[in-house]
Amino acid sequence: MKFDKGIAGAALVAGLCIAGAARAETISVVTFGGAYEAAAKQAYFDPFTKETGTGFSLEAYDGGLAKLSAMVEAKNTTWDLIDLESNDAIAGCDEGLLQKLDLATLGDTSDFIPGSITPCAVATMVWSTVFAYDKTKLATAPTSMADFFDLKAFPGKRGLRKSPKATLEWALIADGVAAADVYKVLGTPAGVDRAFKKLDSIKKDIVWWEAGSQAPQLLADGAVVMVQAYNGRISNAVKEQGKPFVTVWDGQVYDFEWWGVPTGAKSGDAAKKFIAFQAKPEVLSQLSKYIAYAPPRSKAVELIDAETLKGMPTAPANFGNAVQIDVPFWTDNFDALNKRFTAWLAQ
Amino acid sequence: MTVTTDRDDRAGAFRRARRRDARRAFALAVPLLAFLLITFIAPIVMLLMRGVQNPELSRAMPVLSASIGAWDGTGLPDETIAAAFAADLPGAQESGSLGPLARRLNFYLPEFRSLLMKTARRLPPAADDWRAALAAIDERWATPEPWRVLQRAAINPTPDYLLAAMDAKVGPEGGVTAAPADESVYVDAFGRTFWISAVVTFLCLVFGYPVAWLLANLPPKQADRLMILVIVPFWTSLLVRTTAWYVLLQPGGVINSLLIWTGLTTEPLPLVFNRTGVLIGMTHILLPFMILAIYSVMKGISPTYMRAALSLGAHPVVAFLRIYLPQTLPGVGAGCFLVFVLALGYYITPALLGGAGDEMISQLIAIQTNQQLNWGLAGALSAYLVLFTLVFYFIFNKLVGVDRLRFG
Repeated sequence: MKFDKGIAGAALVAGLCIAGAARAETISVVTFGGAYEAAAKQAYFDPFTKETGTGFSLEAYDGGLAKLSAMVEAKNTTWDLIDLESNDAIAGCDEGLLQKLDLATLGDTSDFIPGSITPCAVATMVWSTVFAYDKTKLATAPTSMADFFDLKAFPGKRGLRKSPKATLEWALIADGVAAADVYKVLGTPAGVDRAFKKLDSIKKDIVWWEAGSQAPQLLADGAVVMVQAYNGRISNAVKEQGKPFVTVWDGQVYDFEWWGVPTGAKSGDAAKKFIAFQAKPEVLSQLSKYIAYAPPRSKAVELIDAETLKGMPTAPANFGNAVQIDVPFWTDNFDALNKRFTAWLAQ
Repeated sequence: MTVTTDRDDRAGAFRRARRRDARRAFALAVPLLAFLLITFIAPIVMLLMRGVQNPELSRAMPVLSASIGAWDGTGLPDETIAAAFAADLPGAQESGSLGPLARRLNFYLPEFRSLLMKTARRLPPAADDWRAALAAIDERWATPEPWRVLQRAAINPTPDYLLAAMDAKVGPEGGVTAAPADESVYVDAFGRTFWISAVVTFLCLVFGYPVAWLLANLPPKQADRLMILVIVPFWTSLLVRTTAWYVLLQPGGVINSLLIWTGLTTEPLPLVFNRTGVLIGMTHILLPFMILAIYSVMKGISPTYMRAALSLGAHPVVAFLRIYLPQTLPGVGAGCFLVFVLALGYYITPALLGGAGDEMISQLIAIQTNQQLNWGLAGALSAYLVLFTLVFYFIFNKLVGVDRLRFG
């Protein structure tokens, strides 16, 4: 009996020590999960742990500020580092959900793409919304956005993210609007009507998805012949699972992905150190080894080999008809356009 | 005299003992009641309260929200109101309350967020004529519309979320107007939610009644085996069952492959991402509730009634309709009520198996909560859902009587 107690006591002490150590040196990070989380772990988290001894606990979410907002309101932020889309990075900063960063810790930032550093968040990569098809199932290869909307030449279901974002841009591009003019047209009521009219033409053949990992799955299941997807998800399905998917870059809608530190983060200082660490060109350039997302600074791009560069959204061959997502436009108009989109979906 | 006192004493002692027991029983239940209050009732009430709260403007701009009510809503507000706005704006930006306000106002009027942020950035430290100074920053300040929005936002508590949840709003003249057809979402979604729930309830009843009868009337050994087939799905995770249906129903899935292989069809049937998928998935998931509710009542019906009816010469159909069926009604009522109310709040199954036209109200509440951060509208929509559920409860109570319900 005594003996048992001794063991239990020792175990308890050991457990407390481990827990204490873990609490002191763990950054709780939340990302979009899946292939991106795995890539970030190999490219950023593991090297940072090796250098500083600070560990990471990983969590996944589907974007949006709801959970963060609830945590900050309850004054119990359990995240230290957050992976953000552009609109959330900007709104989060405006609404006091993210901490201001000391940008001097980043060193010389002159080679970052303009707009990829904000007071509360630093961009870590460029990702893109593209469409992909299964080459074993389509006789002729689609090459343009117009083909995605062409049911006669390419019959079959289309997978789209259930959101007006990127989808409305695509409808206009398919309808002949130049990539540079998309937001000018979408900013007018007539332009919005035009986009919905174009979507009407394929509505009955659209399958809607919500989580990023559903997109390659729909294509693999044969539930759709073409699918809108985040480019990294498609290239990973090709690279790691040998899927016969082909990415079409025409009309790609690209955006930055950001790191931010939530207000009230318990290991916020360690998270800030991590942001400065991963912004170094030699660290940033590692990510593209594991997933086809491009670094936001040219010094990091120089470190990537030519073969990998070809699969990046920013490669010259892919970048011809690209649209950069207009974040201010969407922060202003998302609510109104989403209402219209939801009503249109149900019609 | 002594006798009565004695009796009074005894009666009093008895009452006291009863009260003490009641108190003790209540004391035992206190932890549970407190738990329910803290973890269940209070959060729900707080969420519902958000449907009428409108604190953003008064928090960010106390001077403006106190003075803008005086404006009659025609033309432009006078200089004192414009000056109050300009005086409040820097403070709001500093305290971090401008962001939540911008989000709130953008729900009223698209592009209000950028208008407010831009104005805050470019606001001069002082001006003689604030109305002109604001109009110089952005010409929209020279129109009454943004001022009307600020005036609406100053009203707390507000009816606006509750109106928006019914696709209506207060127009510029003050009357309630319906939103244009291409922005009307929620009334249709409520209608669709009720319709899907009703169809699912009907399907569960049609499929569940015979199974319950079989369970109640088979020899115990066989009934036990059959019961396992009902209970195991009941215990299986909702998500697992929904995903399993996706695997079965998809175009390249088991059912379609089988149909094509047997030559019954050449093209895969559209079984998923539409209403068919939602109805199949929800009916399957809710079926055990119906079966178990009816079964528990059928189990208590003595077979002698039917035997008596038949021996007195009733046709089996007549005997079933007039003797057996009425006795099972409490179970049928309980099953229908349970299935219908559970179906009203369904979320995962329609999200995974449904298409564009099958969104139920919980999905729209989730979008407002998670994506739009419009917790006011989410609270208002939830309030209607709770209200409609209560209405159904009272209708049901009138028709069947809750005291007659039997869940087993």
